Amino acid sequence: MIVNRRSIGGATACAAMAFSSWLSTSAFAQAPSAGAATPPPQQSTDPQQIRQELDRLRQEFEAIRDSYGARLAALEAKLGASTPPPAPVPALPEAAPPAAAVPSPAQAATQAPGQPGQAPGVEVPSGAAGAGGPQGSLPVYGNASALSKIFNPDMAVIGNFLGAVGENEIESAPALELHEAELSLQAIVDPYARADFFLAASPEGLEIEEGFLTFTGLPGGLLMKVGKMKEQFGKVNTMHAHTLPWVDQPLVMKNLLGGEEGMNDSGLSVSKLVMNPFLFLEATGEVYQGNSGGVFQSHERNDVSWLGRLRGYRDITESTNVDVGFSFTRGHNEIGPDTTTRLYGVDATVRWRPLRRAIYRRLMGRTELIWSRKELGEGDANAFGMYVSGDYQFARRWFAGLRFDRSERANDSSLVDQGPSVLLTYWPSEFSQIRGQYRRTKYAEGVTSNEALFQFLFSIGAHGAHVF
Amino acid sequence: MRKFIAVAAFALSTFAGTSAFAAINVVTSTEDLAAIVKEIGGDKVTVESLARGYQDPHFVEAKPSFILKLNKADLLVAVGRELEIGWLPPLITQSRNPKIQPGSAGYLDASQSAKILDIPTGQITRAMGDVHPQGNPHYWLDPDNARRIAQQVQNKLSEMSRGDAAYFAQRFADFDRRLAEATKRWKASMAPYKGVKVVTYHRSWPNFADAFGIEVIGYVEPKPGIPPSPAHTLDLEQEMKRQNVKIVLVEPYFDLKTPNAIGRDTGAKVLVMPPSVGGVKEIKDYFQLFDYDINLLVNAIKETGAR
Repeated sequence: MIVNRRSIGGATACAAMAFSSWLSTSAFAQAPSAGAATPPPQQSTDPQQIRQELDRLRQEFEAIRDSYGARLAALEAKLGASTPPPAPVPALPEAAPPAAAVPSPAQAATQAPGQPGQAPGVEVPSGAAGAGGPQGSLPVYGNASALSKIFNPDMAVIGNFLGAVGENEIESAPALELHEAELSLQAIVDPYARADFFLAASPEGLEIEEGFLTFTGLPGGLLMKVGKMKEQFGKVNTMHAHTLPWVDQPLVMKNLLGGEEGMNDSGLSVSKLVMNPFLFLEATGEVYQGNSGGVFQSHERNDVSWLGRLRGYRDITESTNVDVGFSFTRGHNEIGPDTTTRLYGVDATVRWRPLRRAIYRRLMGRTELIWSRKELGEGDANAFGMYVSGDYQFARRWFAGLRFDRSERANDSSLVDQGPSVLLTYWPSEFSQIRGQYRRTKYAEGVTSNEALFQFLFSIGAHGAHVF
Repeated sequence: MRKFIAVAAFALSTFAGTSAFAAINVVTSTEDLAAIVKEIGGDKVTVESLARGYQDPHFVEAKPSFILKLNKADLLVAVGRELEIGWLPPLITQSRNPKIQPGSAGYLDASQSAKILDIPTGQITRAMGDVHPQGNPHYWLDPDNARRIAQQVQNKLSEMSRGDAAYFAQRFADFDRRLAEATKRWKASMAPYKGVKVVTYHRSWPNFADAFGIEVIGYVEPKPGIPPSPAHTLDLEQEMKRQNVKIVLVEPYFDLKTPNAIGRDTGAKVLVMPPSVGGVKEIKDYFQLFDYDINLLVNAIKETGAR
C-alpha cells in the first residue's frame, strides 16, 4: 500500500542535543582558559603571577578534560565505527574567541559550524596528551546541522482520515474524524539489531502501537523480537491500519480479537525457518505480559499469554502463490484469575500478480477463520468468526474489493453479526490513497445498518517497507 | 554407537568435502548484477537473481520464497541508490542471515564506485514524483559502469575466497577485454546517429544515452513514477513534433497504451526496449543486452530516419 522510499538519514535527536549541550558547556567552561592562556608571558610585568595563573588554569583544564574525555570516548565509539571521520570543525576553546560569550546552547551549536574555514582541526593542548588525554587532532562534533541527521531514524507520519455516512446504532463512528496519525521511527541499532517504533495518536490519546527490537544476527537461523508488538496471530492482527485493504476491520476482529487495535502486547517473539525442499515454513513462538486489548487480562505476574504460529508459503508459478497459516494463543481473561481464553486461527491467502504487469494488475483472495474458547467461570463460550475477501487491481491506480463478514460474539455465541462490504480504492501516488466502502451489517440485536465509509490515507517521510 | 560414529564421520566428511569445493553462493537483486557476477565468478560461484529482467525493479514483491534464497546466501549484491528500497530491506531483516546484513562483509552495494547521474541538488520533495535522492539507479546501462561493478565484485569475491583471487583476477581481465571490444563495436554502430533524439517512458536511460550519444528530450511519465496524464502527453507530443522525434523507448513492464497513442499522433516508432538482462528471452548475458538494444535502436533509426 503506502510504500516507503527512504530519505537520506541523519543522527539521532538525542545525539544532537548531547552535541549542542557539550558545545555550549565546553565553550563556557573553557573560554576563560583560552583567554588567559594566550597572552605571552614576556608581555606581563610579573612572571610569578603569570605562573600561578597558568597553574590554576592547568588544573581547571585538566578537570574539564577529565569530564569530557569520557563523553568524547562514548561519542567516538558511537560515531567512529560506521562513519567516515567527521568533518573537522573548530572545537570550541581555541577557535571561538573567548569574548564571544555564548548566550545559549542552541546558538553555540550553530556558531561552531559557521567557522569551519578558520581552523580545520584542533590540536589537543600540550598538557592533555602527557596526562593521558587524547592526542593529535580532536575530532569535532560541532556540525550539528548536517552531521546530527546522519543517524536519525527514518521517520514518517501516516494520517488516516475517516468519514461515515448512514446509520449505525450499534457502533457509531463520527461523520468526519482524523482517526489516527501514526508516527514511525525506524533505524538499525547496531550490527546486531534494528528497532521499529510506531506511535499512534488518535482522539483517544497517544499510544505506543509497537516498539520493538529485532535481532537480525542470531545464530541458528533465529529471528528474535523484543518489545511491544502486534501479536503474530493470523494476518489482519499483524497489519497496521494503513496496510489493510479496507476502511474498517472485519467484524471478527472486533468480536473475537479485541477490537481495532487487535492484540498487541509487550513480549518476546522468536521465529525460525523450518528448512525443507518444498516450501517456506516459518514457526513462531511468542510470550506476552498477558494484557492485550479486550482478549487477555493478566491478574498476576505469572499470567502471561502464549502464542504459536506456523506459516507455510509456496510459489505456484512466478505470478501465483499460496500462503497458509495456523495460529494458537492462550491467556487469562477478564472474568477472573482462573479463567482463560484460547484462540485458534486458520488463514489462507492466494495472490496473483503477473511480473510483466506488476504495477497494473493483481488479485488477492484471503480468508481467516477464528475459533474462540472463553472460560466464563460457569461454562465456556465457544465462538466462531470469519471473513472472506477479494481485492483486484484493475488499473495502475485503481482497486476494487469485496468482503463478507460473519462472527459470533466471544461471550455469547448465540449473538451473530454479519454483513457484506464493497470497496473502491484510488491511489493518486504510492504515498496517498482515497477509499470508499459500502457496508451493510446485520447485528445480533436485530438492527441492520447501511453505511458509506470514506478514507483518506496519506504518508509523509520515509516509512519502511512492509513485510509480505 | 558404532552406527552413530559412522553417521557422524560421514556427515563430517561430506561437510568437509562440500566446504572444500563449495562455490560462493551469491544472490543479486537484479539479473544484470547476476550476469556480471557470473562473468567474474565463473564456476567458483552460484548466482541467482531475485527480480526478473522483465519486471519493474522498483516494484518487486517481497515474497517469502526470496527469504529462503537470502538465508543461504554468502553474498548479496544490490543495485543500491534506493532502487530496491520498497522490497529488499524487509527481506534482509527476515533472512536470519547475519552475513548479508547491510554493513556486513556479505553485502555489496554495486553502486559504490559507479558513475551516477541525476543526483538531485537542492531541496527535493515528493512533489517531484518518485525521485531517487541518491541519483538515478539505472546506472548499469553504461558499459563503463559494468566494468566498475565487475571490479567491485572481483575484489569482494577475492576477499571471500582468497585462494581463488588469481582466478577472479584473470576472469576480470578477460571480461574487461571483451567489454572494451564490444563497447567499441556498440559505439561504432551508434556513431552515425550521434545526438539522435528520443523519448523514453521512465527515466531509465540516462547512462545509456550518455554512453551512446542519444539525446532524451522527454518522458512519457510526467514525473518519475507518476503515470501519464493527458495534459502532459499533449505537451510531449507537441515537443516531439517540434523537434521531429521519431522514437519512443518503453521498458517492457509498462503499459503501451499511451506510448502507442503518442506514436499514432506523432508518427514516432514505439520500441519495447529491455533495460535488463532477461528482459526478453534472447538476452542471457550483459553483452547480449547491448547487442539486442543497440540492434533494435539502429534498425528503428534507419527505418524512421530519426535524427
